Amino acid sequence: MNRWLTWAWVAFLLTLPLWMEDQYFLHILITSGIFTIAAMSLNLLLGYTGQLSLGHVAFFGIGAYTSALVSLGFDLELTDTYTFVFAPRPVWVAFVAGIVVAGMSGWLIGKISFKVRGAYFVIVTISFAEVVRLVALNWVDLTEGPMALNNIPPFTLAVPGVWELAFFHKLPNYYLVLAVAIVSYVTVRRLVHSRIGRAMIALRENEPLAASAGVDVTRYLVLAAIVSAAMAGAAGGLYTHYIRIVDPDVFLFIYTVTMVIMVITGGKGTLAGPIVGGLIFGILPEVLREFASPEVQWIIYGVFMIMIVFFLPNGIVPALSAWWNDRFGATPSAGGPGTGLPDLEAATRTAGEAT
Amino acid sequence: MLEIDGLHCRYGKVSAVRDLTLEVKKGELVTLIGANGAGKTTTLKAISGLLAPAAGRIVFDGEDITGAAPRTILARGIAHCPEGRHIFPDMTVQENLDMGCYLRKEPGGIARDLERLFERFPVLAERRRQMAGTLSGGEQQMLAISRALMSRPKLILFDEPSLGLAPNLIETIFEIVSEIRAQGVTVLMVEQNAYAALELCDRCYLLESGEVTLSGSGEELLNDPHVKAAYLGG
Repeated sequence: MNRWLTWAWVAFLLTLPLWMEDQYFLHILITSGIFTIAAMSLNLLLGYTGQLSLGHVAFFGIGAYTSALVSLGFDLELTDTYTFVFAPRPVWVAFVAGIVVAGMSGWLIGKISFKVRGAYFVIVTISFAEVVRLVALNWVDLTEGPMALNNIPPFTLAVPGVWELAFFHKLPNYYLVLAVAIVSYVTVRRLVHSRIGRAMIALRENEPLAASAGVDVTRYLVLAAIVSAAMAGAAGGLYTHYIRIVDPDVFLFIYTVTMVIMVITGGKGTLAGPIVGGLIFGILPEVLREFASPEVQWIIYGVFMIMIVFFLPNGIVPALSAWWNDRFGATPSAGGPGTGLPDLEAATRTAGEAT
Repeated sequence: MLEIDGLHCRYGKVSAVRDLTLEVKKGELVTLIGANGAGKTTTLKAISGLLAPAAGRIVFDGEDITGAAPRTILARGIAHCPEGRHIFPDMTVQENLDMGCYLRKEPGGIARDLERLFERFPVLAERRRQMAGTLSGGEQQMLAISRALMSRPKLILFDEPSLGLAPNLIETIFEIVSEIRAQGVTVLMVEQNAYAALELCDRCYLLESGEVTLSGSGEELLNDPHVKAAYLGG
């Protein structure tokens, strides 16, 4: 059932632009898609290793800025006599550079911040994002600061000398985002179903026990941080070449919060969770705009979010799959054979908890 | 097989274990008894590498393992079955057991061991696709023990395996512990249930505020007036 659902989704999204004429809606889908990719990357850390990084937008922004700068080129006056000049590179090279630099910063931050856990980890990640934002704001020579980097070239597909398509329109960008989203989904899926993924989940479940079972804790956490950061960097690259302007506001805390909302409401630690959460909370504000005044929009958004967290604490996807299993009783795992002596079991359990 | 010499462990400024010296010979079942806070759990954590000792030496099979990483120590053959039925609750029984042999690389041997475990604990076989968190207390403890066994240890450390279990289950767990020993695995067990521990063991160490105050065979300690008064309630 799961596999068919996945393919049905892909087919639906692939054919969507064929009958969906509304360009504005396509724009919403593209931005929601970009945020969904970022949410997927956050889910790898938050959902699978259980580490709450509230500085995730830093990787998104680093990807965006790196990709923008590499495609635009820049020069830096290093000393009075020497200026470092970086010539513009093709957009695809820039995009990959953005992914690599974001992944490297994931490695660095992972190395530093995984020395602490819980609230301390959260604070380290928030500070990191804030530091990066201040750098982007104040290093005017490189980033233009609040004046923003403008005229960022869009992606282009070309057969040299024969044919060229610059992604000025929504349609190619839509398919590009969809392709990157699928690649990200497959990456996360393969990773969490591997031996490494099992170690990550074990870390989430019980870190000391995982360590005593032979899992190299820091190594796997850092690996998760690298992959996650690189994916967020890819989302940032897509964003920058689609919107074609990037300013220090990409590092705002609210974007991290949006990603966290998407992951938590969709269902952290599930593959489909961030996609469901990403689409709902990407599209919802736009739908609300049609018939509610701005103040009311955010109230509805907030109430909706609280209701999901209140009624579906594990998120939408786990709730739906539990409902599906209840209704159509597919999995043998839930009850299964061998639940022979429920009374005795319950008795031992309470006895166990009492002492 | 395991020699601990002058072990000191600290949590910040508080010493939990002071100058502890003990030895476990191959094939023995040795227990550590003592009150809450005597340093029993800390000692086990230091052996399995979850806690770096402040001073002292831990030698296993002639090799110094003091302060080594948990996975290194596990690979040398020491498995730790921690206090309080430690399992991975949101993973299936099967996945929990897979985590137990995370460092092992011979699929054939793993499959054979798994089969043997399932024969011994049929209830785990029945529930292998169930989330471990949904098992009863006794089943969770069996799973925790099985997980530790899946690494094929030479020495297994049990931390209060009877904690929080119903009396009939406690007996089952102790039977399992002696079975494990009978199969040639050396056992070092921490136990609050002093009477059961002393009956079961070859030798025993009594820990009091981080120091070994008494050691000897189970029988000797059972008849010791201090142990009788303080730990056996009579």
